[in-house]
Amino acid sequence: MSVTGTEVHAPSSRRSAPTLAVWKFASCDGCQLTLLNCEDELLALAGEVRIAYFPEATRGVLDGPYDVSLVEGSVTTPEDLERIQQVRQMSRTLITIGACATAGGIQALRNFADVAEFRSVVYAHPEYLSTLSRSTPISAHVSVDFELRGCPVDKRQLLEVLAATVQGRAPRVPSHSVCVECKRRGNLCVTVAHGTPCLGPVTQAGCGALCPSFDRGCYGCFGPQDTPNTSGIADRLLELGMSGPEVMRVFRTFNAAAEPFRRESERHESGADAGTHEEAGR
Amino acid sequence: MTDTTERDQVLHVATLARVEGEGGMHIEYRDGEVTDVQLRIYEPPRFYEAFLRGRSYTEPPDITARICGICPVAYQTSSCWALEDACGVAVTDEIRLGRRLLYCGEWIESHALHIYLLHAPDFLGYDGAIEMAADHKDLVERGLRMKKAGNDLMDVVGGRSVHPVNVRLGGFYRMPSREELLALRPGLEQGLEDALATVSLVAAFDFPDLEQPYEYLSLRPEEGYPIEDGRVVTSSGTEFDVREFTEHIEEFHVPHSNALHARLDGSPVPYSVGPLARYSLNADRLGEVAREAAGRAGLGPMCRNPFRSIVVRAVEVVEAFTEALRIIDGWRDGVAPSVPVPARAGEGFGASEAPRGTLFHRYVIDDAGIIEDAQIVPPTSQNQPSVEADLRTLVQAWRHLDDEALVHRCEQAIRNYDPCISCATHFLDLTVDRG
Repeated sequence: MSVTGTEVHAPSSRRSAPTLAVWKFASCDGCQLTLLNCEDELLALAGEVRIAYFPEATRGVLDGPYDVSLVEGSVTTPEDLERIQQVRQMSRTLITIGACATAGGIQALRNFADVAEFRSVVYAHPEYLSTLSRSTPISAHVSVDFELRGCPVDKRQLLEVLAATVQGRAPRVPSHSVCVECKRRGNLCVTVAHGTPCLGPVTQAGCGALCPSFDRGCYGCFGPQDTPNTSGIADRLLELGMSGPEVMRVFRTFNAAAEPFRRESERHESGADAGTHEEAGR
Repeated sequence: MTDTTERDQVLHVATLARVEGEGGMHIEYRDGEVTDVQLRIYEPPRFYEAFLRGRSYTEPPDITARICGICPVAYQTSSCWALEDACGVAVTDEIRLGRRLLYCGEWIESHALHIYLLHAPDFLGYDGAIEMAADHKDLVERGLRMKKAGNDLMDVVGGRSVHPVNVRLGGFYRMPSREELLALRPGLEQGLEDALATVSLVAAFDFPDLEQPYEYLSLRPEEGYPIEDGRVVTSSGTEFDVREFTEHIEEFHVPHSNALHARLDGSPVPYSVGPLARYSLNADRLGEVAREAAGRAGLGPMCRNPFRSIVVRAVEVVEAFTEALRIIDGWRDGVAPSVPVPARAGEGFGASEAPRGTLFHRYVIDDAGIIEDAQIVPPTSQNQPSVEADLRTLVQAWRHLDDEALVHRCEQAIRNYDPCISCATHFLDLTVDRG
């Protein structure tokens, strides 16, 4: 071991560990929980980064700015419109995690309805609430450095994104379809073998083809893959016996506001012209 | 954070830490007396009950799971019972056991998270578990090991621990095999040992004296400790079927919270649900191992100190590990994963014991299975009045403390309830206003 500068600097490496902040907008907490679910890696991770702001895990707060921010949830209130700007200003790298933050989440179903009516269905005094008429992803408001998909995000992918960010490289997160994962896992295709409706062909990989491994069709919780042929899969779903409204609903769940899924669901709204397939290809 | 005038004072905590979801707290003193305590839930509303209208009756298990990433199985289970009730379908004993097994995983995961990562740091004097790990690495590792055993169980039975994919109306998509389950045994045995050590650890914590006279409400099944199912019982002796819950439980909207509050039979006395209520109404139903652990921990047949909820949670983790092992040992392969649930017009009711307390669901569907009305009464809504009443008592008793100490103690009192703000809004910013 040398007795020169390197040794002198060694103790300071702890001080220079990047700071991590975890923010929550409208969401179920499941994606932040995924971070706490890294039971085998959590303490090691806490050694590699300094957890500077993570109210769900600690009341300790270090002042920003922060090297890495993970943002969970969608923007649904006037206050959040301002808060996301502040979060962006305080964050060197901003990574959104989960379907709410990347696509607006299930709460984006309000985008297809009248939010005033929604409010009065659930609350006796809608005037007590402050809410926006649309639920929007974080990227609709500020620039985002990386979007990690999933409802919830996958633990291995989350660790990969954090590792890559700390190491200053691009995360290895594929954008191909769930079908590739099914093939890799050696699953029998549930649609071909059993006629089970499956969104795997149009859905981004990441879960490890979980649903088909449980004899169930994929329900699209990782959102649209890179080049989704949604109208092709919709036709197949109709052939398999699903009704128009059912096809609309399968595209209108946790990633309902993701553009390809939104467009496809609107084609199957009651009263929509069934002859607009070309539109969907655009 | 604190505004002080000569006579009056306000204490305001903007963001409560180590709770699931977002909320704050506001306390006002006038002439040294507490005049107002508000648990402010500003978690934005997501309108589940509204957008469930027009959806298919087969969708609530997946959709309502997204209300809470920490207790999705509670939502899946209560919604399945309610929709099966609406359709007049009863599931098999094997499916019922599968639901209980998956639910044991959720209790373990959620309680271990709360005991070690969220609540124990208060008793041991740390800001959080990561800070606590610097001095008590073995404890944090034990908590994480238990949590992982719960998550592993959920992975095998449900596909994943956050928003399991294997739950459907009528049962499961695929039954786990005996071989897959037996592979979990060593982790669960270690978990049981860890859970027993946890009971000893938390039983020795210092608890503030506080006895609250609340009404307790919990499910009570025909046999065993209430987890996935049961009839509703209360500490005043009321008993009713889950089908009658709307006749007894009324939700109301207060201006300071995006979560509805609930009251029981029109009573102004708060009622509470969760581990204390469950234990106090069902201590006789614990298995032998958990019952003995509760005895060693000094828990009587009834526990009325909210600060001791951490002990009850630890006992419940013992029960969940014991139950999971029992169910796995009796598991048989080759049973149908689900029963058919054809749609029919009607109203259905369901309830189960989420880690935080009783979770009620009610649906009205038409003959094609389209949902016309949905109602979800989560545990945190039911506990909000009790949390506020606890704070009112404690703030009065602790008014000599400086603001920082007071805020910290109040946060602990709130964490006794393991409030899940995401659930209740369909959390915490603390303000104290001293008079």
